[in-house]
Amino acid sequence: MEYELLKVIWWVLVGVLLIGFAVADGFDMGVGALLRIIGRTDNERRVLINTVAPHWDGNQVWLITAGGALFAAWPIVYAVSFSGFYIAMILTLAALWFRPVGFDYRSKLDNKKWRSNWDWGLTFGSAVPPVIFGVAFGNLLLGVPFQFDDILRIEYTGSFFALLNPFALLAGIISLLMIVTQGGTYLQMKTEKQLLARAEGISTLTGIAAAVLFMLAGVWLWLGLDGYVVTSQIATNETLSPVMKTVEVGEGAWLNNYSKYPWMIIAPVLGIAGLLGAGLLSFAKRGALAFVSNSLGIAGVIMTAGFSMFPFLMPSSSNPSMSLTMWDAVSSQNTLFIMFCVAMIFVPIVLGYTAWTYWVMRGRITEKHIEDNSNSLY
Amino acid sequence: MSELVVELSRWQFALTAMYHFLFVPLTLGLVFILAIMESTYVMTGKEIYRDMTKFWGKLFGINFALGVTTGITMEFQFGTNWSYYSHYVGDIFGAPLAIEALMAFFLESTLVGMFFFSWDRLSKVKHLMVTWLMALGTNLSAMWILIANGWMQHPVGAEFNYETMRMELVDFGALIFNPVAQVKFVHTVSAGYVTAAMFVLAISSWYLLKKRDLPFARRSFAIAAAFGLLSSLSVIVLGDESGYELGDVQQVKLAAVEAEWETHEPPASFTVIGFPDQEAEVTNFALKIPGVMGLIATRSLDEEVTGLKDLKEIHRQRIINGIYAYTLLEKLRAGDLTVKPEFEKVKDDLGYGLLLTPYTEDITQATQEHIELATQNSIPQVAPLFWSFRIMVGIGFFMLILFAVAFYYNAKRTPEKPTWLLKTALYSLPLPWIACEAGWFVAEYGRQPWAVGELLPTHIAASNLAVSDLIVSMTVITVLYAVFIAVEVWLMQHFARKGPSTLKTGKYDLETGKSEA
Repeated sequence: MEYELLKVIWWVLVGVLLIGFAVADGFDMGVGALLRIIGRTDNERRVLINTVAPHWDGNQVWLITAGGALFAAWPIVYAVSFSGFYIAMILTLAALWFRPVGFDYRSKLDNKKWRSNWDWGLTFGSAVPPVIFGVAFGNLLLGVPFQFDDILRIEYTGSFFALLNPFALLAGIISLLMIVTQGGTYLQMKTEKQLLARAEGISTLTGIAAAVLFMLAGVWLWLGLDGYVVTSQIATNETLSPVMKTVEVGEGAWLNNYSKYPWMIIAPVLGIAGLLGAGLLSFAKRGALAFVSNSLGIAGVIMTAGFSMFPFLMPSSSNPSMSLTMWDAVSSQNTLFIMFCVAMIFVPIVLGYTAWTYWVMRGRITEKHIEDNSNSLY
Repeated sequence: MSELVVELSRWQFALTAMYHFLFVPLTLGLVFILAIMESTYVMTGKEIYRDMTKFWGKLFGINFALGVTTGITMEFQFGTNWSYYSHYVGDIFGAPLAIEALMAFFLESTLVGMFFFSWDRLSKVKHLMVTWLMALGTNLSAMWILIANGWMQHPVGAEFNYETMRMELVDFGALIFNPVAQVKFVHTVSAGYVTAAMFVLAISSWYLLKKRDLPFARRSFAIAAAFGLLSSLSVIVLGDESGYELGDVQQVKLAAVEAEWETHEPPASFTVIGFPDQEAEVTNFALKIPGVMGLIATRSLDEEVTGLKDLKEIHRQRIINGIYAYTLLEKLRAGDLTVKPEFEKVKDDLGYGLLLTPYTEDITQATQEHIELATQNSIPQVAPLFWSFRIMVGIGFFMLILFAVAFYYNAKRTPEKPTWLLKTALYSLPLPWIACEAGWFVAEYGRQPWAVGELLPTHIAASNLAVSDLIVSMTVITVLYAVFIAVEVWLMQHFARKGPSTLKTGKYDLETGKSEA
């Protein structure tokens, strides 16, 4: 296979994995974030937790896979982003730690204080990562201060607090709202009565708010932000290193791709329509459709970020010509090809047995179900 | 980069990796014990075996949660703290990690939810299949991780590319069938099986001592004794195989583990015990058995086992060559392609040149003094390796005997097992964990000063972070990990003490009032 084609395939595949993560792990993070808001009694919270109990662990593997794929396909992107965003990454990790233990330990003891503390842990563990991932994406669009020395050692000159700028925070809020809506619409399919009603109410609000803020971010990107443009020829089919091109900063340049490739406009449209649709369908009490709509909306938002930046993955604000692109930050042809074959075989298998588990666990979780199986459930 | 940042990064990695491996071995082994118990249930239809699966499954779940928790840290940490490593070898090292997630970890994690929550929704046979597939996923997971780790120990199938300034994969088959990786995989999972067998044996012994839930405890004891005997045999045989592989490809580690300072006439003798002195390069009060070392490392009586002093001399020469390789690399990267054929000849020593980074800013200007420092530090500290190895092996043999005795008394089918045996089994509970940690210490500390053997020194592999970053992360990790393990151990003993009565079936002793807690 041509190297160039493999590079494009991996750009698509990493996108697919990120979308898979946001859609799948997104709903259990959303449920976790809503735990203390929708669930008011202990039994109600157990209903919420048990809607995701059989699935959260499998879902989390989307994150692990996305991380592994990043490492394997774009090692230098993995290296620069994880070490550059060091404190943010440690914070993400610390938040993620609370989920496996929170889910598994919370209902093992019948003690109010114990359960309430783990509920806080689950809320923290589920709400913080989406915010940080959103903030990280916001900063990618702004450009990140890093460069390389002559043997490609990384020098990162930013700080944790510099990540928390207004545009990135807006991206963080959009991300959180999307994930919360994902959880809310999932709960509409898996709960009943007062819990269902609360989930519908909240998803209506968060779905519409996410759509509005996403549009706002789009306008900001257009009028207020600088984008990056490659100004030299890139030999896309060759083995490249990220220091072999020239890049310039251009006002509003992140929108260039939409005039160059008009079909890309489908991503922001899908993002707006999907998120808005999730809100409206929740209002109309069509939970399953709202979930599908929000999942498409999430895909649209992630694709918008990818399309706007194409071919950039991680622009450097301190030395733009050292920016990382999907042409020059990739693994060797050999590795990309092998990983492509592995993905082609295993992604369908994974999707197959994952779908089977949802089929086995289908149906709504009731408060009575929790009471009847109090000892064996989360 | 400051020395302190590298030191702290190493401590952080060691801490999180060793902590992670408190949970992994139990998961690896207990999942098979669950599958065996459930298979017995499906074949015999006796409910007690289902209860055994569910009860030991509860303890499995408590352990599994922290295994997952701490596993995420491991995957992130290469990028956060070892960014030059991630760039330099990601082309090879990333692949097994990604494949692990897709092929194994997805299977394990998706089915673990089914294991716990689908008892009423699946037929007996289907649920059993879920359990076996979960066991398969767990062990495949270990395989890919150890392929990745095996490559760090003995990097094969890769070539340096001066344009991208990294190692690149040329032979995927060599990566997978790396002899070090394969031996490591079977040795490590066997150690996991031993750990789980010891866990079940110790807790069952406690019930037997307390005379509680006897039918349940006896059956658990029997399965643990048989499974433990087989796996402790396998862990020792495969450990010996590891020794043989070391003799082949990781001579420094082998020599350090055995505190072999000199190259002796073959066959080399084996030092049972002694006190290695790094400065003087001797082992004091050494008790030796003639010939045995040569047998372990070379499986022959006439091949040499090279001593550390001679290995250092080889290193010195390779460091000098490495400086030359680095000089040529700089020219190549500056665009002078005429030196390429010359570079190809010496590039295998490039990594040795990089060993100088802690001592000089500019490798090409390294002095005799720098080379001397790099040479002295081109081998790990011997004493900690020497002792950890002996702790691991000692415990391994002790457990083999314990399982053999347990198996013997079990096979005798006497109703009562001797109290001394039950007490020994109970108090041996921590041993497999100590052996596992000691084993990993030998494997990883013995690799120093390399992150990837003879290719990439640990020092240069670290991320260029601020000391304050490391202080923040170390604090967060230490505090939360301490809280989590306290909670985990407390929950574990809480449920273990209550035993199968926690299943609330109404059949077990604490519920029927036959016995006190």
